[in-house]
Amino acid sequence: MRTAFVRSLMDVASLDPRVVLLTGDLGFAVLDEFRAKYPDRFYNVGVAEQNLAGVAAGLALAGNVVFTYSIGNFPTLRCLEQVRNDICYHNANVKIVTVGGGLAYGSLGVSHFAIEDLAILRALPNITVVAPGDPVEVTSLVPQIVEREGPAYLRLGRAGEKVVHDAGAQITLGHPARVRAGSGVLLLTTGGMLPVALDAAERLEHEGLDVEVVSVHTLKPLDAERICALAARFPVVVTCEEHSAIGGLGGAVAEVLIEAGIAPTFRRFALARDFPEGVGSQTYLRTANALDAPALCELVLSLTAVRTARSPQPRVAARRSG
Amino acid sequence: MKETELPQFAKDIRLAALRMISRSNSSHVGTVFSCTELLACLYGRILRVRPDEPDWPGRDRFVMSKGHGAAGLYAALALRGFFPRQRLDEFCVDGGTLYGHVTHRGVPGVDVSTGALGHGLAIAVGLAAGAQREAEPWRVFVLLSDGECDEGSTWEAALLAPAWKQSNLTAVIDYNKIQSLGRVDDVVPLEPFAAKWKAFGWDTREVDGHDIPAVLDALDPERWVPTDRPRCIIAHTVKGKGVSFMQDDLLWHYRTPKGEEYERALAELERPI
Repeated sequence: MRTAFVRSLMDVASLDPRVVLLTGDLGFAVLDEFRAKYPDRFYNVGVAEQNLAGVAAGLALAGNVVFTYSIGNFPTLRCLEQVRNDICYHNANVKIVTVGGGLAYGSLGVSHFAIEDLAILRALPNITVVAPGDPVEVTSLVPQIVEREGPAYLRLGRAGEKVVHDAGAQITLGHPARVRAGSGVLLLTTGGMLPVALDAAERLEHEGLDVEVVSVHTLKPLDAERICALAARFPVVVTCEEHSAIGGLGGAVAEVLIEAGIAPTFRRFALARDFPEGVGSQTYLRTANALDAPALCELVLSLTAVRTARSPQPRVAARRSG
Repeated sequence: MKETELPQFAKDIRLAALRMISRSNSSHVGTVFSCTELLACLYGRILRVRPDEPDWPGRDRFVMSKGHGAAGLYAALALRGFFPRQRLDEFCVDGGTLYGHVTHRGVPGVDVSTGALGHGLAIAVGLAAGAQREAEPWRVFVLLSDGECDEGSTWEAALLAPAWKQSNLTAVIDYNKIQSLGRVDDVVPLEPFAAKWKAFGWDTREVDGHDIPAVLDALDPERWVPTDRPRCIIAHTVKGKGVSFMQDDLLWHYRTPKGEEYERALAELERPI
């Protein structure tokens, strides 16, 4: 995703001279191409994230489209008040980009786990919150984030994420993207959990379950109408995110479903513990914290079994037997 | 505005702010009075702004980092014609439009909202970088309180502006020596204050913040020896300046002048210059 972001940034910078990039002294090698091509549009504020956010707001108020770049919590939680007051209240054209969403910096520890960011940023006014599921979504969404005036938060994974969509896939900011059609279970995913959800869907097919997977890359504004219309078609809905179970995609979806009176069997597949356990790679930590495809399969199977026991003719069970 | 008119402008700002704060039962009168001459000089002579065209792209940008001095800023803007003076009655009252901390929302002439301390200098550095990028002739001025120099974020920005050679940036510090819970020297001493700014790479001057000719001289970038450094003006001021019983007293960071106190303050401020 990181590579896709830098490519897209180079593209938007070539088209729009207002685009500038600020880093908080991070992005070794990653930002070199931008820096070399646009030395007067590249700013390093040093290890100072409050400054990063405040300076970005000032540059944006002077008419620029400002990207800030850093690791997960640093340009978000560290300087949350600057993001709220200086960027969001002024509706400043600042696009906050982070790498390491979720547990991507697995071995680096809790300081580097960005697992509350979606909940916290989503609560702020004026900001668009985006967590792409694969590099194609990154490539599609970066220009749209630039086109949309005002603040945005773009939460990336790290590098080497699996490409899920076809290269030419039409991904639209704000519109959930169906990745796999199905009819028995709906998996709504955000960010880097997309491949995990697809993996689980494939595995569940062998169990006779027909699983639909939809990437909700834009958490805010959430397309409530589409989410409700989708969820109304399924007896079982599970949200998937590499994030705290509190306030992220699961919270956002639950809010709109319950207000619309749509009540499928619903679960949040997310980090349940306050701080994740274990030391190791992202893959290892996902497994250690019950956030991998087998764990998702187990959850979905338990939910469909419950429905089978409760309902004489549940749709899921009918499909399984058919 | 001529230099000779500035004392009257300052007096009018104090009178308007006193009235606004009293009728809305709000606070911070002391902090407004400490920076009144600074605001009068900025809006009377220094800032290149157009009250009838507040969004003029070539305007100088001013950031009131000490957002709790809002009454003084709004008064200066209204007196300069950015919006009708009657609108000052909308300060901090139910159904009003002017918050007790500086807001840009719906207020002509305000570019930057503040209120949480330690934000303004970084925003000013960003604005100055924007001006540098475009080689725009406009300049950036920012007014800080002494208390907000406790904020680490102020010093993050103080480190950066000289690194970026922001000779288009002027920071003014309203050094009234009193912060929220006591004297600066007793809470977290800032001295040697000028030496700190110099050490950070700023061309630094100290002035009497109520001496209008001295303030004007310091605020005008063209009256400094040209360098590639930002300028810092440490303005020695008195909290509550202009009203004998408010001067240098922490109480008037909080207390609303009402009744006899209001009348006495009014009488003192209305004395001929």
